[in-house]
Amino acid sequence: MHAIEIRGLAKDYPVGFWKRKLHPALKPLDLTVESGEAFGFLGPNGAGKTTTLKLLMGIIFPTAGSATILGKNFLDHEVKRRLGFLPEQPYFYDYLSAPELLDYYAGLSGVAAADRKKRISSVLERVGLSDVGSKQLRKFSKGMLQRVGIAQAIIHEPEIVFLDEPMSGLDPLGRHEVRELIQSLKDEGKTIFFSTHILSDAEALCDRVAVIHKGELRGIGVVNDLRSNVANKSEVIWEGAQAAAAVRELLSEPHATGETVRGTVQNSDLDRLLETLRSQGARLISVTPLHGTLEDYFLAKTREQEAVNR
Amino acid sequence: MTSRLSAITLNTFREAVRDRVLYNLIVFALLLVASAPLFGQISIGIERLILVNVGLSSISLFGTIIAILVGIGLVSKEIEKKTLYTILSRPVRRWEFIVGKYFGLLLTLVVNALLMTVGLYIALLITAHGLKKGDALLLAAIYCIVLQFMVMVALTLLFSSFSTPIFSAIFAFALFVIGTFAEDLKNFAAMTQGFTHWLTTGAAYLVPNFASLNVISQAAHDQPISGSLIAFNTLYAVLYSGAVTAAAVLIFERRNLK
Repeated sequence: MHAIEIRGLAKDYPVGFWKRKLHPALKPLDLTVESGEAFGFLGPNGAGKTTTLKLLMGIIFPTAGSATILGKNFLDHEVKRRLGFLPEQPYFYDYLSAPELLDYYAGLSGVAAADRKKRISSVLERVGLSDVGSKQLRKFSKGMLQRVGIAQAIIHEPEIVFLDEPMSGLDPLGRHEVRELIQSLKDEGKTIFFSTHILSDAEALCDRVAVIHKGELRGIGVVNDLRSNVANKSEVIWEGAQAAAAVRELLSEPHATGETVRGTVQNSDLDRLLETLRSQGARLISVTPLHGTLEDYFLAKTREQEAVNR
Repeated sequence: MTSRLSAITLNTFREAVRDRVLYNLIVFALLLVASAPLFGQISIGIERLILVNVGLSSISLFGTIIAILVGIGLVSKEIEKKTLYTILSRPVRRWEFIVGKYFGLLLTLVVNALLMTVGLYIALLITAHGLKKGDALLLAAIYCIVLQFMVMVALTLLFSSFSTPIFSAIFAFALFVIGTFAEDLKNFAAMTQGFTHWLTTGAAYLVPNFASLNVISQAAHDQPISGSLIAFNTLYAVLYSGAVTAAAVLIFERRNLK
């Protein structure tokens, strides 16, 4: 059973003065997330990430399609006991203290009153807010509010945690702390679905990512595979400077140090290059596939359609 | 379900208390008490009448103002600030949220009314140097004011479930004014004919009848307030506010919270 299974989920918004035109905020989306997986949902601002999360949380209703979460319909209220959600740039009731807020949310999630006190203090300690006492949230910094946000998302010990841009607007220290928190949730075996446009965070935390752009899924896969695919090059090192001239047209960035030559080659040209080196009597030292960055993949996927349109 | 409803109710009440809505009213109650000796100097014999009229009208008016000011933001503020996202992502039904909000604001208004009632009785005690049997009638009038709050909260909640705070305030205030003259509207309807008759009669029964819920004058003049009137008013307020709250739920159940 998939933790999350999205089938053709779509959302159109009526636009214009007469609301007759439809703007597709999310084109039919198919996606599965496995149990215990950290899944990154990447896309630039306005790509459809928040729309997807709002649909899954039942905050807005889909124009088409459906989804299951933990094997149940995503609109089933009982399944929501097993989910946690942190919205983008969250605002909480600022007249409450952190323990009061968590008590309120724990109550709404069905945590028994007898268990709440213990759970609240343990969650506050976990997010590094055990010393806030009865200070009202209006006096909290943005980083502290984000930690409260994560605390409210996990107070009822959910199996899946949905996080919408959890590092958005945080300073480097705050981002590091939130990243550590997410990593610890992942280590506990929770399924994590988080949207972000900060690619280094996704690269550090995610097992798999999906790229969404202009409401459309552009790519999905294991982070390492995506990075390899986007580079599609290998670095070759050999001994035998005399062979360099024979493979010059296949190599990019060749660099010779004495008899040792190093260069990169497109994977499609790799066999040809190796055969030529062998025939030239060069001694092969290493062939290393090059990894691109997630940013390369992201840019490639978000620019793909623009290139087609042009 | 009950625990979720009570959690939302208490949080709504707590928000009103911490936003210092109640404190303004406590100040009012204190002012009323402090000004009690002035009423005694206005005119011998009618100081009680004036004090009761001013006191009960103030409880009604202040409560209505709070119902509008707080009520118009009950839903829209939660959408605007996205606090609703963290509620609806939990096993909370949308109707539970609306009904919880309803009871939360009603609780706030009832506590307000109670505090002001205490102030009114102290003022009466000072002015008349004691309470008489007829002063118990005030409680019946205050009960009818609470019934009026039940309807007003339902209306503001209905507007808040689909409109902006400014329009909600305008709609709610307009309905409050029209509802205050509901009896006049009925009389006007009786004088018309044909299509206008149907239209005005329909409007007269559709708008909240705050005129019938208002027994301040009877209480001030020591006239008896019959049990059947109180029972009828109670039934009317329960049914009217129930229907309006159900309409708010129906709208909110289908709403995309962008």
